[in-house]
Amino acid sequence: MDLEYSAEHVAFREAVLEFLKGWPLTGDEAKLPMEEQEKIFRKRGIDAGYVYRSVPKKYGGSEQPQDAIKDKIIVEEFYAAGAPRDLMSQGAGMLVPTLLEFGTDEQKDRYIQPALHAEENWCQGYSEPGSGSDLASLQCQARLEGNEWVINGQKIWTSSAQRAHMMFGLFRTEPDAKKHEGISYLLVPMDAPGLEVRPLREMGGGYEFNEVFFTDCRIPAENIVASRGQGWQVSRATLVHERNLIGNPNMMREAFSDLLNLARSRTIGGKPAIEDTGIRRRIAEIEGYVQTSELSNMRQFTAGNRGEMLKVMRPMMMNKVFSTDTMQLIMKCAYDLLGGDGILAPTEEDLDKWGRETTPTGWVLSYIFSMGPAIAGGATNIQRNIIGERGYGLPRDMRKSS
Amino acid sequence: MDFGLSEEQEMLQETIRGFAQNECPTTRLRELFDEGVGHDPALWSALAEMGVAGLTIPEEHGGAGMEMLDLALVAEVMGEFAIPGPFLGHSLAIQGVLLTGSAAQQAAILPPLASGEQVATIALQESDTAWQATDWTVKLDGDRISGVKTIVTHAALADHFLVGVRGGDLVWVDAKADGVSIEDVNGIDRTRPVYRVTFNGAPATRLEGGSGTAGDLLDAAAVLLSADAFGAASKLIDLDVAYALEREQFGQPIAQFQAIKHTIAQLGTDIEPTRALFWYAAHALDELPDEAPRAASVAKAHITDRAMNAARESVELHGGYGFTWECEVQMWFKRIMLDRAQLGTPDQHRERTAILGGY
Repeated sequence: MDLEYSAEHVAFREAVLEFLKGWPLTGDEAKLPMEEQEKIFRKRGIDAGYVYRSVPKKYGGSEQPQDAIKDKIIVEEFYAAGAPRDLMSQGAGMLVPTLLEFGTDEQKDRYIQPALHAEENWCQGYSEPGSGSDLASLQCQARLEGNEWVINGQKIWTSSAQRAHMMFGLFRTEPDAKKHEGISYLLVPMDAPGLEVRPLREMGGGYEFNEVFFTDCRIPAENIVASRGQGWQVSRATLVHERNLIGNPNMMREAFSDLLNLARSRTIGGKPAIEDTGIRRRIAEIEGYVQTSELSNMRQFTAGNRGEMLKVMRPMMMNKVFSTDTMQLIMKCAYDLLGGDGILAPTEEDLDKWGRETTPTGWVLSYIFSMGPAIAGGATNIQRNIIGERGYGLPRDMRKSS
Repeated sequence: MDFGLSEEQEMLQETIRGFAQNECPTTRLRELFDEGVGHDPALWSALAEMGVAGLTIPEEHGGAGMEMLDLALVAEVMGEFAIPGPFLGHSLAIQGVLLTGSAAQQAAILPPLASGEQVATIALQESDTAWQATDWTVKLDGDRISGVKTIVTHAALADHFLVGVRGGDLVWVDAKADGVSIEDVNGIDRTRPVYRVTFNGAPATRLEGGSGTAGDLLDAAAVLLSADAFGAASKLIDLDVAYALEREQFGQPIAQFQAIKHTIAQLGTDIEPTRALFWYAAHALDELPDEAPRAASVAKAHITDRAMNAARESVELHGGYGFTWECEVQMWFKRIMLDRAQLGTPDQHRERTAILGGY
């Protein structure tokens, strides 16, 4: 155990910090819309070798030798500076790794670069009204007719479909095959005829997710990743990327700091809430979870760096449940601190900022949002099955279908 | 930048674990538990033979020259097998001498402790609320001490006490000297009996000239108690899994029911990630002195609290059998009770976490 960084990594961090002096942008560049500014800086990050390090240069990445410690330094420092780094979008975060692993050369050439630069936005077409946790039961059908897939059916809970240019999704292409073997992974242009997006309003008041309907929707036959019937395996690989996005200790530490500040600004009995014994202990208890998460991540990081991932399979399986539960503890405590202000509805501005504003109504929205991650990307109760079965060798659930 | 154990550290744990599997399996533990003495001379000698009695004592004084992290890793295995014996108090008394004793004092005191021929223990806590160095009231007057200490583990076995006195100093006391009397307080953990010790003008030597403080010793205690509780809770989850696979109701193993499977998954999620918490707190005592007090309090509060919860859930998961004296769960349950209550409860350590964190 040695928590010191090597001379090479100390120098690397200094170089990153030097580079980050370029953010925020200044002069005329600072007058551009924020989205443009982020694109400019992200491009500089790629040229400097800090962004999209595992993506080959020919697809728009910076193709750097693998070094988990450098990755960690970049994440920490870019996060602290609030600077744009690798996009965590569905496209850059989930589709790109999938294509790198399973895509044809044509697909990589066509789709990766625009996804990395947010020139083409992607949404994920997995869940259906009748297929949630039991995703492999999905029924939305794609039938090959000549040079085209003809799609009929429905997807649901499709986040950001209203802004997406493309969807990657799972469709039943082999109706006679076994459940998991009849699914293919298809790439669907959102402007394809016969595709309709209808917004769903969430309980927080916003419209982030949608229903997507397909009525004889036609897409080119080559828009399939891997072979017919391999979609399930392809999606399993992608889901790993999604779970990695959800267990983020930096986000948790930031939410914890916000909670601490909230406890300093609210009052109980005329005194700052943070001086109340019960609140102090409760927040210190939450910090126990936050610190556990950070250190358990560090342990897994080291195991990965040493090539000993097998030693940390159990804590890895637990990351998602642990981090979503901890975020919920933070938000429940914050909500209690709001007292009577907890009756307020989130404002339009809160919705635009995803509740990141630390106003009472912003906290109300965060309180509501904190339930989302426990459902998305494998609900907590399904995660508990996985931990019990794969982590502790308990018997699998009895399933009725094949 | 590496937050993991060395091969030597993994081997150390495996060696002690292998020894414990052979020499202190649950059947032997049960015998010792029912005897209620909390000690087995043969077991202690064998552990001392392996170097466990003097793990952190420098080699020139007969020890193994290891660090707090190594000691905490051994404490984890001690908790996992609920090994009866003076390891906890003995190890901490040694830490106190290493932290606060002069070179001459260390040379005089440590060799017989390293070999395990002599046993020492700590006498720090004075009541359920008075455990920190600033709370101590036992008075050192010249070279004599007077006052009362409680939750002194294995006092009847000890040759020496490391005693905390008013002002935060540590003194070394011959347990068999005049002016020392001990009383069994009938502690609940039968693997580590506890005593009240009264000093009435007992001869004492002030430890002075070391580079550490009594506060550092309390942090070391918090780390070892956390590691012990982690090991005990991990063992309970193993027992839960084995029982859930074996016990049948409604014609199937109860592990088949999600209510049981999810309970076990939740206990695992509560406990397994906290391994990193005690590793870090132990490592901080070795290498990161500024971080150590807070890391120790976070580990003590969080791990012992979650472990106690896991113990309660484990009793429930074993059904009516879980509530019996016969069921093995109670041995670890009670082990965790001592880990949790000694030298600062979770609430007390959370208050300290808040103060040190500038809440």
